[in-house]
Amino acid sequence: MAEFKLPKNSTYKKGKTWAADKDATNIKRFNIYRWNEDDGENPRIDTYEVDLDKCGPMVLDGLIKIKNEIDPTLTFRRSCREGVCGSCAMNIGGKNTLACTIDIASYKGDLNIYPLPHMDVVKDLVPDLTNFYAQYASIKPWMQTQTPAPSGTERLQSPEDRLKLDGLYECVLCACCSTSCPSYWWNSDKYLGPAVLLQAYRWLIDSRDENTGERLDELEDSFRLYRCHTIMNCANTCPKDLNPAKAIAEIKKMMVERQG
Amino acid sequence: MSLRSPLGKVRGLGSAKNGTHHWWMQKITAVALIPMTIWFVSSIVHMTQADYEIVINWMNSPVVAILMMLFVATSIYHLKLGLQVIIEDYIHEEGSKIALQMIVTFGCVVLATTALFSILKIAL
Repeated sequence: MAEFKLPKNSTYKKGKTWAADKDATNIKRFNIYRWNEDDGENPRIDTYEVDLDKCGPMVLDGLIKIKNEIDPTLTFRRSCREGVCGSCAMNIGGKNTLACTIDIASYKGDLNIYPLPHMDVVKDLVPDLTNFYAQYASIKPWMQTQTPAPSGTERLQSPEDRLKLDGLYECVLCACCSTSCPSYWWNSDKYLGPAVLLQAYRWLIDSRDENTGERLDELEDSFRLYRCHTIMNCANTCPKDLNPAKAIAEIKKMMVERQG
Repeated sequence: MSLRSPLGKVRGLGSAKNGTHHWWMQKITAVALIPMTIWFVSSIVHMTQADYEIVINWMNSPVVAILMMLFVATSIYHLKLGLQVIIEDYIHEEGSKIALQMIVTFGCVVLATTALFSILKIAL
């Protein structure tokens, strides 16, 4: 049965508040989800008061400031700080996005930060993406061909065919879309989810790939592909402004097209 | 604890090689239901003040009876396809899933047969 309520060991309680310095005037309260496996406790929401006059503009700047200056035990993933690595995906102010590309100033009131929804948590804001990465590997995200590689030159692609990859290749696999999808929440063991299906379409539409039929065979499944019910949360939340729902619709059209 | 690899779990039993027919049928029945629902609802709205005789006479017309049968068959087929998806989405325990799918299928068949029989009984 799908889970509509948090299990007992996942309900969270109010945690500690870390007050800002007395002379701080421009204070933003960061309410952050905290959990670690070791202490055997339920999750808690810690509140950190951050002096924005001494902090960079992005949510990630705030998190790094907290870790460096207030509480070094706060755990989160981050790397590129410019929206190309996809590491700092988390649920900020109720919406999945990248902490590094979203302004603190774009949020009114307290800033509520949780890990990506409906995923197992490793610690604090770090979700377990093992299944997500295995699903990505399962669609064989590399070029597959029957024709031997041409000698001394690359496989050619016309500018028009290259254009078809725009809106697909930009995906950084941050998992914001998949973890915003209710269908993925209930059936992520079998449904591939928007991010992986967008990647699948990126190879289906690549003019140089010659295994389109085999790729469609692997996707033609009432769970792997057809759990998408065009809820559109994926397109709504994507921090790179991509449209996974459209890519999935295109895959469904290919399925119908090949039936003649 | 399972020591199976994450990729092994994802690959699982492999692709079922179906789902396209179900999806396409749901789209086709949805499109077909647009004009039929408009016709059905507007007809019923027109007859809100009508007495029994007028409604029975209306149903006696072959065109109306045929449209009614098409409407009933299409909408119940659409209903069956939709309920099937809801059960697949939310019910994961194998036993209750199969039991519910059977109840839905039998229920829809009984509903459709009863409705079609009733229309024929009035019209013929």
